Amino acid sequence: MKPVIEINQLGKKYRIRKTEPYLSFRDTITDSVKNIFRKKTENKKDFWALQDINISIGAGERVGIIGRNGAGKSTLLKILSRITWPTTGHAIIRGRLSSLLEVGTGFHPELTGRENIYLNGSILGLKKTEIDKQFDAIVDFSGVETFLDTPLKHYSSGMQLRLAFAVAAHLEPEVLLIDEVLAVGDMEFQKKCMGKMEEVSRQHGRTILFVSHNLKAINDICSRAVWMDNGKIKIDDTVNTVTTKYIESLHTGNTKITRPATQLTGAININDISILDAHHENKNIFTPGEKIGIAISLSNLSWTKNFSVGLALNTLSKGRILTDTIQLPAMDISSSIKKMIAWLPAEYLTPNTYIIDISVMNDNSGILDIVTDAAGFEIAITNTKFENLEYDYGVFSKELVWEPVA
Amino acid sequence: MKKTEIKISPPGSMSFKLDEAWENRELLYFFAWRDIKVKYKQTYLGILWAVLQPLLLMGIFYLVFFRALKVSVGMSYPVYTFAGLILWGLFSSGITHSSESLLSSSQIIRKIYFPRILIPLSSLLTALVDFLVAFLLLIIILILFGQPVSWSVIYSFPLAVTLTFIASFGIGVLLAALNVKYRDFRYLLPFAMQLLFFSSQVVYSIHSFKQQWLTQLLYCNPLNGALELFYYPLKNGDINITGIMISSVSAIFFLVTGLLFFKKTEVHFADLI
Repeated sequence: MKPVIEINQLGKKYRIRKTEPYLSFRDTITDSVKNIFRKKTENKKDFWALQDINISIGAGERVGIIGRNGAGKSTLLKILSRITWPTTGHAIIRGRLSSLLEVGTGFHPELTGRENIYLNGSILGLKKTEIDKQFDAIVDFSGVETFLDTPLKHYSSGMQLRLAFAVAAHLEPEVLLIDEVLAVGDMEFQKKCMGKMEEVSRQHGRTILFVSHNLKAINDICSRAVWMDNGKIKIDDTVNTVTTKYIESLHTGNTKITRPATQLTGAININDISILDAHHENKNIFTPGEKIGIAISLSNLSWTKNFSVGLALNTLSKGRILTDTIQLPAMDISSSIKKMIAWLPAEYLTPNTYIIDISVMNDNSGILDIVTDAAGFEIAITNTKFENLEYDYGVFSKELVWEPVA
Repeated sequence: MKKTEIKISPPGSMSFKLDEAWENRELLYFFAWRDIKVKYKQTYLGILWAVLQPLLLMGIFYLVFFRALKVSVGMSYPVYTFAGLILWGLFSSGITHSSESLLSSSQIIRKIYFPRILIPLSSLLTALVDFLVAFLLLIIILILFGQPVSWSVIYSFPLAVTLTFIASFGIGVLLAALNVKYRDFRYLLPFAMQLLFFSSQVVYSIHSFKQQWLTQLLYCNPLNGALELFYYPLKNGDINITGIMISSVSAIFFLVTGLLFFKKTEVHFADLI
């Protein structure tokens, strides 16, 4: 049997322009005038968002795509959804396709819940008769029947989301592409949707391609995973193998750091860094509010007087967000390994990927040893508080004291 | 059951995929239905606005052009302008709405695939619904003014509406695609609409011009041919066949240019919008 999704040598090139993403007519005119007189100006840079993608997915397979931001996951899904076109290669999809890059696409605030079900269903590719048939099931699933004839603008954002999910959950495609949509909504309803999707894919042998940062969701739903990095496929294997390796990569400091002997200054070296939960177990993915500790092992080759250990916490989007150092007393060669745990203010951290740098300094602030990108961990989005993916919640989450002033 | 197979490859072929657009006709209906619903929600008079707007304009033009400036059109002036205004309404709101349609649907375009041509087409259907409502009032006005109507109405009205529709679609689609790439066109549009309005025989009649070159130039505005057909059963006068031909060629030119340009740029909409 032919594969349901066949991707061959797929590539997508974007042209990065100096100016805004859209052009003004003037630019085009002035550029073409300039180009008459001089050789083509190189103010455009090519950027390959995807390169050499080859994937073949059989009927009934559930494949998850993981990778850091900007790895090309969403671009791949957009191409398969035919929203944007590839630059090279081709893909073939055999069967009726639904793509959920977002739930509630086309929802209109002025229309009622009932009207929006029809509109959204139709945009997602359902025929009117199919919506008629599924209508009661959709309403049931969403739990908004009392507000069915109320304009959507009077719905709470949670209700809108439930309605949107309800329509999406009742699509009956042979191939389903999903992007991140499960990362929003309240936990209970999320589980309900995932359950529905699992049921659908297992019972009817539907093929699912699922992009997410939520490794747990990928683990739950998928049997196979593809890890994308810099627009290319890094590993394509069973879900366990891939997620394990992916987590390990975020967690590069877990293995002992060995350096050529010439690099060792003879003072203090950072041996081992790992990330722990409240029970001192190694862990990389946390829920918001969970305790997070960084375990650091140091070794020394000679007696050292005063020294200090510094820790810096970084995020990919915001850079360095926190630093702290601790003064330590002299360390004797006899107690060759010193271990300590630094507990992070995890209760204030928002969902994000965090990366740790560790350094050791002498009492003159001279660096004895430093390991950048030593380890990484992720705080997953599992909380209704952080459900809006479009909004930048920042790094710290702390309720403020709001004092009214007369 | 026939297995659907979708092949995705770099843009190249210029197929219009009419079968695909036809397959999605329900979506077209839903888009138009949404636009009409939303347009008149929270208005007290609702769809009555579709007739009130040309009616009010008719009053103004009657006072300014007929009473004050003594413009003659060879028939009852209010009937003439009202008929002209509702056809102008179809033409202008078709162009205006479809040219803005892609930008205002950017959310959907970025998230889901469907034949993009449905978006400007649905804007045009919305304009057509307004036109049909206003047309009912035209019938009432014709009766009230005791306007004689010749039998040629059977073919001339549908032809006039078709010609207007084609021209409006062509220009609208062209502007919609241009707007995605160059936002300049949305600022140019109001002036273009003014130019189109005053070059259309709505407040005056082309028959009052003696210069042949000017007449023929004016017929390059496709609405003038449509208006010529629209007035014909009411005026009981002569009809400018050459003018209608020029307008038809112009309308088809816009349609072909618009569709070709739309097709060519369609692949980049999601990346640019």
